[in-house]
Amino acid sequence: MKWGFPESVSTYGGDIDAMYAIILYVTGAMFLVVEATLIYFIIRYRRREGGKADYVHGHLRTEIIWTLVPFVLVAMLAVTSAGTWLDLKHPSRFPAAGLDLKVRAKQFEWNVTYPGADGRLGTGDDFVKRNQLHLPTGVPVRLTLSAEDVIHSFFLPEFRVKQDAVPGMETSVWFEATKPGTYVLGCAELCGLGHYKMRGTVTVHTPQEFQRWQQEQGAS
Amino acid sequence: MSTMAIPQAAAAVHLHDDRPFIRRYIFSTDHKIIGIQFLFMSLLFLLVGGLLAMMMRWQLAWPADAQHPLPGGSLLPETMVAQGIMLPEFYNSLMTMHGTILVFFAIMPLLVGVFANYLIPLQCGAPDMAFPRLNMLSFWTAVPAGVLMVAGFFVQGGHAAAGWTAYAPLSAVPEYSGVSTGQVLWTVSLIILGFSSLMGAVNYISTVINMRAPGMTWFRLPLPVWALFITSVLILLAMPVLAGALILLLFDQVLGTSFYLPQANGEPLLWQHLFWFFGHPEVYILILPAFGFVSEILANGARKPIFGYHAMVLAIVAIAFLGWIVWGHHMFQSGMNPMLGNTFMFSTMVIAVPTAIKVFNWLGTLWRGSIQFQVPMLNAIAFVAMFVIGGLSGVFLASTPVDIFYHDTYFVVAHIHYVLFGGSLFGIFAAITYWFPKMFGRMMSERLGKIHFFLTFLFFNLAFFPMHNLGNAGMMRRIYDYRQYAHLADLQPLNEFISLSAFALGVTQLLFAFNFLWSLFRGKKAEQNPWRANSLEWSAPSPPPHGNFAVTPIVYRGPYEYSSPESAEDYLPQDQPPAEQPVPAPDLVPASS
Repeated sequence: MKWGFPESVSTYGGDIDAMYAIILYVTGAMFLVVEATLIYFIIRYRRREGGKADYVHGHLRTEIIWTLVPFVLVAMLAVTSAGTWLDLKHPSRFPAAGLDLKVRAKQFEWNVTYPGADGRLGTGDDFVKRNQLHLPTGVPVRLTLSAEDVIHSFFLPEFRVKQDAVPGMETSVWFEATKPGTYVLGCAELCGLGHYKMRGTVTVHTPQEFQRWQQEQGAS
Repeated sequence: MSTMAIPQAAAAVHLHDDRPFIRRYIFSTDHKIIGIQFLFMSLLFLLVGGLLAMMMRWQLAWPADAQHPLPGGSLLPETMVAQGIMLPEFYNSLMTMHGTILVFFAIMPLLVGVFANYLIPLQCGAPDMAFPRLNMLSFWTAVPAGVLMVAGFFVQGGHAAAGWTAYAPLSAVPEYSGVSTGQVLWTVSLIILGFSSLMGAVNYISTVINMRAPGMTWFRLPLPVWALFITSVLILLAMPVLAGALILLLFDQVLGTSFYLPQANGEPLLWQHLFWFFGHPEVYILILPAFGFVSEILANGARKPIFGYHAMVLAIVAIAFLGWIVWGHHMFQSGMNPMLGNTFMFSTMVIAVPTAIKVFNWLGTLWRGSIQFQVPMLNAIAFVAMFVIGGLSGVFLASTPVDIFYHDTYFVVAHIHYVLFGGSLFGIFAAITYWFPKMFGRMMSERLGKIHFFLTFLFFNLAFFPMHNLGNAGMMRRIYDYRQYAHLADLQPLNEFISLSAFALGVTQLLFAFNFLWSLFRGKKAEQNPWRANSLEWSAPSPPPHGNFAVTPIVYRGPYEYSSPESAEDYLPQDQPPAEQPVPAPDLVPASS
């Protein structure tokens, strides 16, 4: 049985995995303390002949301590998470230079619009690929997502990317690949009968390979 | 020892109830009968919802595998199962209805419809609800809602298939989901059910405020009453939001409006905001009553006052308040402004604090107790142990960056089941076995109850814990055939293991059903106070007659006076007059024996 996430192949995947590890340690410690105490108490204080329970109603200082300690812990987790989240999701913090792609989702396919040789979207040499996301390593990729019919969710598990594509609005997300290879594009939001097969392939090229691929596509 | 000699004698007169059968058991205004009616209805739905889950798990264990045809699949029409293979449209309906039925027709009525009805008047010392007829109407409004929800399985096009959260536009446009009538029935049924819940909530709130027995101050109320009271306030405020959202959805479905459709400047995310503005308080509606039951049973089983009564009450109030400002954590990846995401992360993290307070106080209650392990107590302890897991896994989902990976994966499924099964359902098992003697005048079998408990605890964990691993592997929820994906193809053995555990868990529940039905007729006769408990319902006969108490009880103390030095016994009922006080006139209050 595997325990961790799939291997991370994006620049910020490690940040998410680190946040996961921090929460795992904190909650794991809480889990062990609470369950061990529970087990100890039910053995230690089981009913015995002639035994009587203590007549205790509570203890104010204890209440204050076990209110403040969890508060500090979760506040720390929230503060640590907040910055990472904005770096990943807030458009004002997206890397300035990079590859822009448009993704249009519909039942049950992902249509990706690439810029042609001029490197700009919205010009005549743009081309569209269905269920194929090609990108180079070492370049931030900025995606603008939209949907034609229902809500879909653009999910790249190995890149730690997930963003809903919502009809009637545009959403955006970015990531930068670190390792060439073939990866998974899935739909994470129930979108109808064919939801389970609304998948695509992510191909990560080296920058030179990607340039060659882009020119081939643009030419055809 | 009988502390209530006179009321029992007087109650005997009441027991001679000459109302005809139909007024006593069918169209009854007695809160206890209505509670029991809800009990039978919601246990039936619990069974149905569980069976739907079994069918889903079959598909997930052996996705579309002709070697493993769905048992009984040949009995189902070709539009659901063809040649033993479940079709995706049927899978989507199963998944939608499993969630809908268990949330709205099983767990919610089990916690509230059953126990708010049954316990509030008895634990407050009232003869009935404030509005008994409204109470009857509440149950008889839930029945047509249930009938419509079941009817959806038999209409052309199949039942609703947009998930229990029914995200628009999928739920609003038949062409998108492939379902038309079923989806409309789903919407109408929930609108009707909402009215039933509202009528109940109004009643519970009024009863707690107005009908407490003399001496029953707010801080002498048993914690189940507190929990059910706060839950009722949540229902009163949340249900109209759901009703509003559903009515707009119904208009989109049948009248051609586009509240949730972008074509005419509608807004798909509006549905999510409305649904989760209702839906997150709903999550607390589904757990707060169980907090109350478990607090009651832990104190009783440990023979010790509940630790930090006031902290327990304040924690319930705090959770109920914070529950209103966390809904956005369901929408982190929806395209909502990321700044807002962080705001919702903070409120969600903070809600872990009152939850932790409750857990620590439960541990404090066990500390230096004298713990007996009867079946209700075992289930209550399991509640604490399992709810902790569900609570802690919520912290991962609350963290916005980690949620990027986890959102809509099986980690969420694991989390919700640790809360709703490990939490709510263990709380319900504890409550049913604890109050069964009062409800029916008979004891449930301890031996069967223990076997059921241990097997349920084992198979529950075997079925649901590995779902965390599926989530870590990136397996999405609501997916008919995960083998379509390269990163999920080798998860079949783990899924098969989960399914086999789930089947064992399902079969184990037959023990509970058998114990319940057998004890109803053959169980040992219950005493008036078999658990030697303090709250007022145990001062009434088992089962209490129409009108509950022959003489209105007078309350002298809080409900958790266990092992008090004031009493030779290890419990001290709320209505037992203090020893040093002069014995009141016998026509007012019964003398202590």
